[in-house]
Amino acid sequence: MDVVKSDAANYKNFLKEFIETQNERALYGAEQIIKTFIKRNISPEEIVNLHILAFAELYPNITPEVHRAMNFLLETMISYGMALQEYQALREKQLELQSEISVAASMQETLLLTEKPCISGLDIGVISIPAQQMNGDYHHFMKGKDGSLGIAIADVIGKGVPAALCMSMIKYSVDSFPEEAMSPQMILNSLNRVVERNVDPSMFITMFYGQYHPDSEMLTYASAGHEPGFHYCAETDTFSEIKAKGLVLGVLPDTEYQQYERKINKGDMIILLTDGVTECRNGEEFIESDEVLERIHEFRHLPAQEMVEKVYRYFERMQDFHLRDDFTLLIFKKRV
Amino acid sequence: MALQSCVNIKKEWDIVGARQMGRDIAREMGFGTVDQARIATAISELARNIYLYAGSGKVCFEKIDTIEKRGMCMIATDAGPGIVDIGQVMEDGFTTSSGLGAGLPGVRRLMDEFDIKSAKNVGTEIKAIKWLR
Ligand SMILES: Nc1ncnc2c1ncn2[C@@H]1O[C@H](COP(=O)(O)OP(=O)(O)OP(=O)(O)O)[C@@H](O)[C@H]1O
Ligand SMILES: [Mg+2]
Repeated sequence: MDVVKSDAANYKNFLKEFIETQNERALYGAEQIIKTFIKRNISPEEIVNLHILAFAELYPNITPEVHRAMNFLLETMISYGMALQEYQALREKQLELQSEISVAASMQETLLLTEKPCISGLDIGVISIPAQQMNGDYHHFMKGKDGSLGIAIADVIGKGVPAALCMSMIKYSVDSFPEEAMSPQMILNSLNRVVERNVDPSMFITMFYGQYHPDSEMLTYASAGHEPGFHYCAETDTFSEIKAKGLVLGVLPDTEYQQYERKINKGDMIILLTDGVTECRNGEEFIESDEVLERIHEFRHLPAQEMVEKVYRYFERMQDFHLRDDFTLLIFKKRV
Repeated sequence: MALQSCVNIKKEWDIVGARQMGRDIAREMGFGTVDQARIATAISELARNIYLYAGSGKVCFEKIDTIEKRGMCMIATDAGPGIVDIGQVMEDGFTTSSGLGAGLPGVRRLMDEFDIKSAKNVGTEIKAIKWLR
């Protein structure tokens, strides 16, 4: 972009006014002109040149030394101008990338969409918020033909695009398993092989898979190194950790996962989460996992969806509305 | 096309010689101070690359003087290792001095026309033109 005549005239007038009066108004005027230059990508060397020309017109008798000194400045500004142009080009590129990522993120959202099923006697709440645009956490509900409810919650160590790509693969693998193979243990065994074969060894995926059988009121589950969930027992009004041993997915090809089970009584809650919840930070300090439970306890009389949203809002505020990791919290309550 | 004037690049000092010759030609052709400075900077970048990556080579200048257009052409040639991935070196931010805006993408912006021919272990020829307006 070139400097046009009217700019040059304006610049010259402000320069003259300033030299004669040292008036702040002249500086303010110059500031406004420079802003339009920046908007129009006018390079620093052109501005220095404009200055030289204006000055020479106002003071035709300047010494050659002053004139040369100003030309020297112009020469040195060329590199500045180049750096500026590079920044501008990179910034445009960044905006492009950002809009590509947001398209990818909404595609991912569609891909990973899972519907919260209606199971009589169960109240389910879930919230999953990515730290960046794309989510590296994943949760999925599957209703079995036998009336059971499968619940998967998983976390890729890492965030952003690679984690999100990885999650889409996990979802499609789970979807492709035959219904007969749907026990938590068998699902993790199969997924482990998929991950071991297809995912870069530097990516770690943890998963908890639970299956609730409404008839027997039993929850069977298995875990691949996932953050332990919690069981709230209404009778004793206490929380207990849902411990389950199991290696992270994809480490060893022939890992056999153990399956556990527990009875869910009326008024009980099962709380599943990812480490984005437990690793929330208050300033520099990690929160205690008790703090999550305290909040859940506080909100326990609310519907499950309201509970998870309230807990999320609480920690979001605590962290100044800036998540460091993807946050997924899933609660299901057995109705009284 | 008109006669070429060339400067051989062997030592770092020769970069200065190339700038000087380029500037003289630019001034003589009637380029303004800003364009002279841009041309000199472009010469520096090309000559410095020859000095750093090819060891030796030359930078030549031609005046283009036709009825339609007048301008100055610079051609930097060397028989060095060549640039294998031209697309990559033309990307912003790739240069070793990344973030200084210099390097080949910078030269392309300073000049009006820009072209690279290069073959591995054969050498590199970079041609750039600035038009007089
Ligand atoms: N004449 C050449 N022969 C062989 N390789 C070259 C030549 N010119 C450039 N290259 C290669 O292309 C790369 C990019 O060159 P460019 O001038 O853009 O950046 P740079 O020299 O790395 O850093 P800068 O010029 O910003 O200090 C160089 O690092 C070098 O590998
Ligand atoms: Mg270089």
